[in-house]
Amino acid sequence: MATQTVHHAAMTLTEHLPILQVLIPFITAPLIVFVGRRELAWPLAFIASFTSFVIACLLLSKVIGGGVISYKIGGWAPPLGIEYRVDAANAFVLFLVTGISTLVLPYARESVSSEMPERTQTLFYALFLLCLTGLLGVTTTADAFNVFVFLEISSLSTYVLIAQGSYRDKRALTAAFNYLIMGTIGATFFVIGLGFLYMATGTLNMADLADRLSGQYDSRTVRAGFAFILVGMGLKVAIFPLHLWLPNAYTYAPSAVTTFLAATATKVAIYVLLRFIFSVFQPEFLLETSALEIIFYPFALLAMFAASFTAIFQRDLKRMLAYSSIAQIGYMLLGVALLSETGLMAAIIHLFNHGITKAALFMGVGAYVLRSGGSFYIHLQGLGKTMPWTSAATVIGGISLIGVPGTAGFLSKWLLVQAALEQGYWPLAILIVASSLLAVIYVWRLIEILYLSTPTSEKVVQEAPLSMLLPLWLMAIACIYFGFETDITMGAAKAAAQALLSGSSGMMN
Amino acid sequence: MNIFATEFILGHLNYWLFIILMMTGLYIVISKGNLVKKIVGLNIFQTSVFMFYISMGKVSGGTAPIFPLDGVYDPSIAYSNPLPHVLILTAIVVGIATTSLGLALIIRIREEYHSIEEEHITILEDTVFQTENLPLDGKGGSI
Repeated sequence: MATQTVHHAAMTLTEHLPILQVLIPFITAPLIVFVGRRELAWPLAFIASFTSFVIACLLLSKVIGGGVISYKIGGWAPPLGIEYRVDAANAFVLFLVTGISTLVLPYARESVSSEMPERTQTLFYALFLLCLTGLLGVTTTADAFNVFVFLEISSLSTYVLIAQGSYRDKRALTAAFNYLIMGTIGATFFVIGLGFLYMATGTLNMADLADRLSGQYDSRTVRAGFAFILVGMGLKVAIFPLHLWLPNAYTYAPSAVTTFLAATATKVAIYVLLRFIFSVFQPEFLLETSALEIIFYPFALLAMFAASFTAIFQRDLKRMLAYSSIAQIGYMLLGVALLSETGLMAAIIHLFNHGITKAALFMGVGAYVLRSGGSFYIHLQGLGKTMPWTSAATVIGGISLIGVPGTAGFLSKWLLVQAALEQGYWPLAILIVASSLLAVIYVWRLIEILYLSTPTSEKVVQEAPLSMLLPLWLMAIACIYFGFETDITMGAAKAAAQALLSGSSGMMN
Repeated sequence: MNIFATEFILGHLNYWLFIILMMTGLYIVISKGNLVKKIVGLNIFQTSVFMFYISMGKVSGGTAPIFPLDGVYDPSIAYSNPLPHVLILTAIVVGIATTSLGLALIIRIREEYHSIEEEHITILEDTVFQTENLPLDGKGGSI
């Protein structure tokens, strides 16, 4: 009798994994505030994040073969109840988000205590976990309105996290304010879009929506809804003309926050976009509305060139990397626009690879800010000699950003070129390579400043502390590891692309 | 379909009001330089969406969706759809959180910049931006 109870409890715990990984950071955040002790805030946050990471690994191992985990919240069956649904696509994103947050937290400890006053540090970790909760919730849920709720949880905490940079530079406040205005407009557009879809279908469950939408792609209500969702999410993704909030937000936010946001927030927004394009709507709808020719191709190409070009002329490493992020979003969008399995795989792999690459680069920036007082090129001159470990890891990140063979960045760009050639779009393949050459220019500039110039100030700069070097090097090694060991990312991305392309038929089982 | 027909205009009155409110809100956010006014505009914009959802749930002839106290359900009574109303309760909470966070940020901005007018703030920021972005051989890069 007793063994049966234990067995039953263990069963339920594994069944509850999809909700647990959202709930654990969600409950730990207020716990940190109630405990209120600065020395306990970091360990609690780390334990919560690490637990979520373990759960994400478990979930990914379960669904990578093509399975689907459906979880009914409160036992209410979908479509009436809210459903959480884990398939290969979102399990892969969960793995990235929790992995990055678990590595950023140890890194944040030193960085946060130097960039923020003591009284706000406890609240910082609580907000960090709330942001993580929001991102995980957005990724796991299969309910369209639930996406909005979690999106706002993550966005509101993001605005506050960015504003924490005001202790170093007051412009963090205006950056956070502008992001608040644009982010809220984006989220509200998203809700308007959902309203239109609800009017047309009377449901909010994604699988149910897909089912009921399939007959009415001609309806103007449905098309208006799609347009609102695309623009609303586009603001969160920072698709090229909607990117204006991003450079300042990334530049003035605390280093740890920039690292976390650059590697996760825009990636989760791209995932939502993918989910809506491929699971809620079908690829045929995109072809019918010619959204691809009018929106995806031109803006993806504009992002790749205009943002890379702007990045070349920056004098602040952090701002340069922010512009490079906008350019990289262009590649992901291009992968989506190709509407093939290879293209989608390229987009998903690039989402992951760019996440770890940018995390490594921004971690390097944070180490420079800590030791030399700034991230402007003038602060970085000659640091290759005084901070050899930080610089080497940062350069590895830079090389992966270009897409040099042997790094993670190469794999995704190679796939993207292949996807373009598969469809016979060879000019597109040339443009992809050409825009990568722009990345060579700005990364080379960084190498030149780090290694080939002499420091202007007499100040002796120390190497970064071990607590920052370790996560930084783990990220740098990951950049190389995922360039050679492609089975994990390729397997997950293939399963994810198939899960997305199978559309509603994949969601209804 | 004649979009100027009275029937069309009156029949979609709630949507016209939604569009007018929405555009008013967006216009204020874009055109006003005062940060508090921007937040007010954002509020009007969000409120328009609340009204859009609430009016969407109305069923003609339908009454408030409250289950009778005696528990006897009368199928002849039409009820309005309560789901959009409930969704908007959540959205209202989000809206309040956004507004209070925006106002809190404005207080901090005023402390640092001594102004809540966008043009003053932009001038201040541009001056700093230009001095720190001098060429490498100059004195650029100081914060």
